[in-house]
Amino acid sequence: MFWCASCGGCEESILDLSEHLFTLREKAEIVFWPMAMDTKYDAVKALPDKDLTVTLINGAIRNNEQVEIVRMLREKSKIIVAHGSCAHQGGVIGLANFFSSSALLDRAYKDMPTITDPGDVPSNTSKLNGTRLELPAMRRSIVPLNKVISVDYYLPGCPPSPELVKDALFAVLSNDLPELGTVFGETKALCHTCPRLSSKPEKLKLTTFKRLHEVEWDANTCFLTQGLVCLGPATRGGCAARCIGANMPCRGCFGPLDTDADQGLNALSMLAALLEDTTPEGLDRGIKSIPDAPGLLYRFGLAASILGGRFQGGK
Amino acid sequence: MGRTVPIDPITRLEGHGNIKVIFNDDGTFKDIFLQLPDFKGFEKFCEGRAVEEMPGLTQKICGVCPTAHHIAGVKALDDLFNVTVPAAAKCIRELMHHAFIYEDHLLHFYFLGGPDFLVPENHPPHHRDFWNVIAHLGDEFGKRMLRTRRRVRELHAAISGSPLYPVCGLPGGVSKHVTQAKKSEFKKISQEALDFAQETIALFHDRVLCHSRFSALLANTAFENHTYYMGMVDEQNQLDFYDGVLRVIAPDGHEFCRFSGSAFQSHLAERVDAYSFMKPLYLKKIGWQGLCDGSSSGIYRVGPLARLNVADRLSTPLAQVELDHMIHYFGGRPFHHTFAYHWARLVEVLYAAEKMVALTSSAQLTDPNIRNLPVAIKGAGTGICEAPRGTLIHHYTSTNNGIVKDINLLVATQNNGAAIQLSLLNAARTMLTKEPFSDDMLNLLEMVFRSYDPCMACATH
Repeated sequence: MFWCASCGGCEESILDLSEHLFTLREKAEIVFWPMAMDTKYDAVKALPDKDLTVTLINGAIRNNEQVEIVRMLREKSKIIVAHGSCAHQGGVIGLANFFSSSALLDRAYKDMPTITDPGDVPSNTSKLNGTRLELPAMRRSIVPLNKVISVDYYLPGCPPSPELVKDALFAVLSNDLPELGTVFGETKALCHTCPRLSSKPEKLKLTTFKRLHEVEWDANTCFLTQGLVCLGPATRGGCAARCIGANMPCRGCFGPLDTDADQGLNALSMLAALLEDTTPEGLDRGIKSIPDAPGLLYRFGLAASILGGRFQGGK
Repeated sequence: MGRTVPIDPITRLEGHGNIKVIFNDDGTFKDIFLQLPDFKGFEKFCEGRAVEEMPGLTQKICGVCPTAHHIAGVKALDDLFNVTVPAAAKCIRELMHHAFIYEDHLLHFYFLGGPDFLVPENHPPHHRDFWNVIAHLGDEFGKRMLRTRRRVRELHAAISGSPLYPVCGLPGGVSKHVTQAKKSEFKKISQEALDFAQETIALFHDRVLCHSRFSALLANTAFENHTYYMGMVDEQNQLDFYDGVLRVIAPDGHEFCRFSGSAFQSHLAERVDAYSFMKPLYLKKIGWQGLCDGSSSGIYRVGPLARLNVADRLSTPLAQVELDHMIHYFGGRPFHHTFAYHWARLVEVLYAAEKMVALTSSAQLTDPNIRNLPVAIKGAGTGICEAPRGTLIHHYTSTNNGIVKDINLLVATQNNGAAIQLSLLNAARTMLTKEPFSDDMLNLLEMVFRSYDPCMACATH
């Protein structure tokens, strides 16, 4: 198991196997897992090619060191699983693609009120007390894992639910392999298994969308019916509707359906179809009532979208 | 030219990092650097987003402590929308927060930092992991530990949706109330959590504290740093994870300053180092004096050790008894020994479990009034809480239409950033005086940073 530009949530999704960790130990020897074990890179580099049955890689690709390590892991592994929405779709970290690297760095390391004495922004090479130090080069934009190595399977979600991780992991370890390229989870949209499905009418006639801080909502009725943006219709199911269960709408972390090339565009057309006034002005008014539609509809998938890394300026 | 010995990657922690130990030509120790190679850019790419989405978005900084970011984020929104929170919602948020700190601290003791002490000494460093802890303590114990963690996370999920991705926080409250049936279940889980916390404390005394490896480290002053300490306290100067004022004490234990969340910019400053993506924090009024401790250095520490130093007392009886043991062992406070973080963390496990029991007994927990709808927008808000690894600060500003103008995040491990490097430097200077040295010695350096339970993903947001 390895992490690239990630948050550690996917590691927690493994730990959440809980008592099933014992089953994992029976079925497999875990060789490399920086979060929980002490193996160093050199020990993995020394393994013969294809020595590892399966490697789960989470996180997006942000820098050249990550590219180097995932290429090495590809050589050492029979199967690579992209684990979680960052490896699968670029994830939340992919929102960085709205901005240039220098804009991201300048904000964090120069233009911040709590930085009173700005020094040099972190860079590839620097010198301190006579020692030359290197940092891996940042890539121009965030990309998902399959842009740098071939990926055999995908575990969607931010993070994937532990049930899904368990089923997928044990399927792979039992050699019960689905078709290459399979995204684990359901093939239908979350909407189909949503506990609130029965409250969604055949046809909705909305004029605008409401925001979370503006209204109260019923805890049993479809969010869209109540005028709140929910990405359930445009998002792969398989999450056990965990956010809906907390009385909050879906934000799309399980990514697009197999049939959709672009989750954000699909979500946009889904939302537009809920509007009563289909004149250009009516559609414009409806969609503009969603503040920051790009950031919301592409929250987990900007880097894998057709906009990819070219969408800069936050517009 | 000398020689560089890398420890790459540093392991059994959250996030990426490496350590480089530099030796002179004659084999004597020269310098040591902790480098964090990752960078995300949250403080830029959250600009332009809808501000009410921030508690869901900023928590993605850290998948290990998303709850802390969610709490800090939603408290920043309470402030930004100028809205108070009903008693039931505060109770629900606190229960979620304490449940989270409980299981996250346990994770550190059994998976991350603890294996250095729980796995017998004759095992090489690379055997020090959860599997070997269980081989030593027995499968039955391991399953009970995992079951307790799972049950506490189930409680969390019932409130938040998922401890992996909590979503219940809204400005002015929470999204879901707690039923009487759930309350009874939560009460049972909390009691189980408390039982296991006591079992863990007993285990720590039997297997760690009494063991010569740990006591020898505690007796070694190379691992002491006489720094300032910061943590949140209530109006009676008792430890508080959820709300209160930030109190800073000097290395001699006297109060240096105390301030409310909104004043953080007057007291804390970030430092930029070109060789790492972490921005270590320091006390602004003292300033940056380099990697040194003492009252003239602006370096301070946060997290369990700091919190037990800044709080006059704990509000729960069993945790107070354990804190008294600690005070007796060290002959008083402040505790300056870096390895004492492990003990302090377990005192907090006990404290969090006792708080869970109290919160699940509260009549307020099931009150259906869980949300006050905002009626205005102030346009700026600060949210502070104690994350497992230390003080966490979220500051957002927005347009009148609720679009983020800018955000500033001061995250737990950043507070400890300078102290971690100082602890590494002191330890390396003393222990790695001249080559050659063993893997055990290099692992000892890792044990130093593991004491802090650092989160490098948080530190490089």
